[in-house]
Amino acid sequence: MANWIPTWLHRLGSPPTFYRFAGAVRPWALALALITGAIAAYGGLVLAPADYQQGDAYRIIFIHVPSAWMSLFIYFAMGVAAFIALVWRIKLAEVVAMESAPIGAAFTFITLVTGSLWGKPMWGTWWTWDARLTSELVLLFLYLGVIGLFHAFEDRRQGARAAAFLALIGVVNVPIVHFSVNWWNTLHQGSTVRLLGPSHIDARMLWPLLTMMAATKFYYVASLFGRVRADLVAMESGKDWVKALAVEETA
Amino acid sequence: MTATAGAACAALLRRDLLLAWRRRGDIAMPVLYALIVATLFPFALGPEEALLQRIAGGVILVTVLLAMLLALDAMFRGDIEDGSLEQLLLAPQPLALMLAIRIFAHWVTTALPLIIISPLLAGMLHLPTPVMGVLVVALLLATPLLSLIGAILVALTAGTRRSGMLLALMLLPLCVPVVIFAAGAVAAAQQGLPWVAPIAWLGAALVLALVLAPLACAAALRIALDA
Repeated sequence: MANWIPTWLHRLGSPPTFYRFAGAVRPWALALALITGAIAAYGGLVLAPADYQQGDAYRIIFIHVPSAWMSLFIYFAMGVAAFIALVWRIKLAEVVAMESAPIGAAFTFITLVTGSLWGKPMWGTWWTWDARLTSELVLLFLYLGVIGLFHAFEDRRQGARAAAFLALIGVVNVPIVHFSVNWWNTLHQGSTVRLLGPSHIDARMLWPLLTMMAATKFYYVASLFGRVRADLVAMESGKDWVKALAVEETA
Repeated sequence: MTATAGAACAALLRRDLLLAWRRRGDIAMPVLYALIVATLFPFALGPEEALLQRIAGGVILVTVLLAMLLALDAMFRGDIEDGSLEQLLLAPQPLALMLAIRIFAHWVTTALPLIIISPLLAGMLHLPTPVMGVLVVALLLATPLLSLIGAILVALTAGTRRSGMLLALMLLPLCVPVVIFAAGAVAAAQQGLPWVAPIAWLGAALVLALVLAPLACAAALRIALDA
């Protein structure tokens, strides 16, 4: 009885099973993302008090910080999927890694845009060559490199494997870039929310932030599953299960 | 009968250097490119000595980086076209070792000429003479690092048709730390500060890359030429 988990995971690795599983999970993830997102937005934009120094302008934090978290989280998720894809050659892991990249790039882009919108009134500049900003920009380039390499190959699987390898090199490189850039120049404030020890943030501001973080996670799952489903159908277009699916849809 | 790894390395090195020597014009290209870029900076920024002096170290590093990027694309290009890369993949000698030799040969033919002319570039941009030594040391450590990192990426793009711009997009974020430390050493030396720490970091990174990059390059090449 105890090995139903590995068996289930093993079956989940097959495209038709995952297609159905993702199709079942996706609406729930999307609904949860919308609901938690709406609650977080209400809590952050209406309920939370204004900052004593920044006034209402600080409220962009409820978009900026969750996006920044997601930009790193998705890179990490992509790295794990890339590792699985290269070591065990699981087709699904390749697809997950490659479809994570555009979502991660989007979150990185949102982080940069909201950060510069926030920086203009607070620091008096759109952009500064600060350590965190620079490493986020480098992260965006890494994402774009992975996407570019994936699309440069004519063969999808080969492109996915090459890009997965690049993603792994990036995983090694991200901390190096972060520390070297830190050593180079820093202006950005330190972490306000901490996993261990008390956070330097009011509880009324913290809960919308954490809720928004959950919302972005749900959104990632929903978006990823939708993309993976589309990709699986395209990749397996010659297979019987896709044919059966097409017949089922048209009937 | 198979040749020992040492003999194979020597044969490969001789072949690569001979091929480069037979086409000496190609060796001159990155050097010319770097010279032209370094010449354009004073035109764009004005010939004011203090300004040029301040930016000289960074400009030379970026120029060398771009010149190397230009030459990187050709690292495996010829070998893929004439099929000798497949022979290298099939050879009984460890692929990583063979690739390390190739990377070394590529470094000798592209980066070494750039390092040799770097004092000239530094002179054109009025970099103070005492700093030139630090610049050359920084380049001696930074260029092999760039060659090693670049080789992995070139290997990854080996199976694709258009790779020029893609290579730049992939390489530039990875070489941020190299540029920071190399330029940091030169800037520190220029301000009379101790410059050993960034050089030591570069050295440590180079040692790490010397061990890992050929292995990664071999793995990347196997992925890219799998089909």
